[in-house]
Amino acid sequence: MSKPLRILIAKPGLDGHDRGAKVVSRALRDAGMEVIYLGLRQTPEMIVEAALQEDVDGVGLSILSGAHMTLVPRVLKGLREAGLEHVKVFVGGVIPDEDVPVLREMGVAGIFGPGTSTHTIVEFIRQQLAGS
Amino acid sequence: MELVTRALAGNRYALARLISLIENDGPDAHAALQAVYPHTGRAHIVGITGAPGTGKSTLVNELAKHWRSRQITVGIVAVDPTSPFSGGALLGDRVRMHDLAGDPGVFIRSMATRGSLGGLARATGDVVKVLDAAGFAVVLVETVGAGQAEVDIARAAHTVVLVEAPGLGDEVQALKAGLLEIADVLVVNKADRPGAAQTALALEMAVGRYAANPGERTEGLWQPPILQTVALNGTGVAEVLEAIERHRLYLQTTGLWAERERARVRAELLNVLQQEALRHILTRIGEQHLHRLIERIVARELDPCSAAYSLLSELLHERGLK
Repeated sequence: MSKPLRILIAKPGLDGHDRGAKVVSRALRDAGMEVIYLGLRQTPEMIVEAALQEDVDGVGLSILSGAHMTLVPRVLKGLREAGLEHVKVFVGGVIPDEDVPVLREMGVAGIFGPGTSTHTIVEFIRQQLAGS
Repeated sequence: MELVTRALAGNRYALARLISLIENDGPDAHAALQAVYPHTGRAHIVGITGAPGTGKSTLVNELAKHWRSRQITVGIVAVDPTSPFSGGALLGDRVRMHDLAGDPGVFIRSMATRGSLGGLARATGDVVKVLDAAGFAVVLVETVGAGQAEVDIARAAHTVVLVEAPGLGDEVQALKAGLLEIADVLVVNKADRPGAAQTALALEMAVGRYAANPGERTEGLWQPPILQTVALNGTGVAEVLEAIERHRLYLQTTGLWAERERARVRAELLNVLQQEALRHILTRIGEQHLHRLIERIVARELDPCSAAYSLLSELLHERGLK
């Protein structure tokens, strides 16, 4: 039996809009993945700790506050320090175009702005994590 | 096994990987469990069960905080259901456990049921063993939202806490067989809501606080306490913790601890035997033969029971066991 992909979905930072994170969680669940939903107001340290304990294959971060350029690097650094550099990170939310290449350069595997279909996200994750 | 050594030495990522290996029943899972087993048997395994939305995760969070304030380490296994359609799952129990983040004395792992129906995943018992071997003094096992028949936790835990909430049904519900009978501690959570006293009363009736046979000897027997909590603000949680600790002492002083262990080991052994025997038999019969039999049963030439008996008798003869 092939094991289901395990994906952590979290909202770092202080904005309280979790609808997007929930819609994506549900879509991943319906695509046969095990989603560990961490919820609102998570610090990068909390996200890294949960990713480690749950031994996830990927981490999805939903950020609508504009703080992505601060929060995302801290999550990436924390994952590296915890020995989790193989965990793929993807980001959803309101990310200005000029920030996209910078985030990619840092090591974010995928960035999904408003209007992205859940199908696109599911396919992307499957492709990125094929073989894990 | 190196992974086991590192996990038991306190490497948290090795512990997480070891749990995955066992949960996925990978090629080395058996060897890993073999290496883990001698280190098990020390933890107090506490099951938290009850209907969806009664506050199990919130209570787990509060209980763990209380144990941590006494320097007692806590491992948590939180089980949520796998979709029967997609095979996916949404594991949401950590949402209520944010207070425990950053504490090296706590390890939380979410598990999907992956097709099991008794309120736990197939591998939950083995994951509990890993946390036990890793040295967590208390292992809390939160079941899926359980209704009436999800009683696997009774075998997996030393102490079972059943969480109820006001307004979920009258005393006839409380009289039904199943979950209520396996509870060692009963908690009416959300006790700040209307109806909490009635719920507690219905539970008292149900657990036989008013004995059906007056004069029946009850001294020395464990009476499940019925406690009221508001887990969200911590009210009453200390009393639940005391009751759980009292139950542990009761089990240890009466010898029931060892008795429960024997019952659990027996069930586990029979379960593995059953699985392995079935796998062995299926390999010997072969898919084609099985298919032919199924066709004959569908055509009503044979009934399922007779087919199984004749298969078994063939296999036993073949091996010269009969």
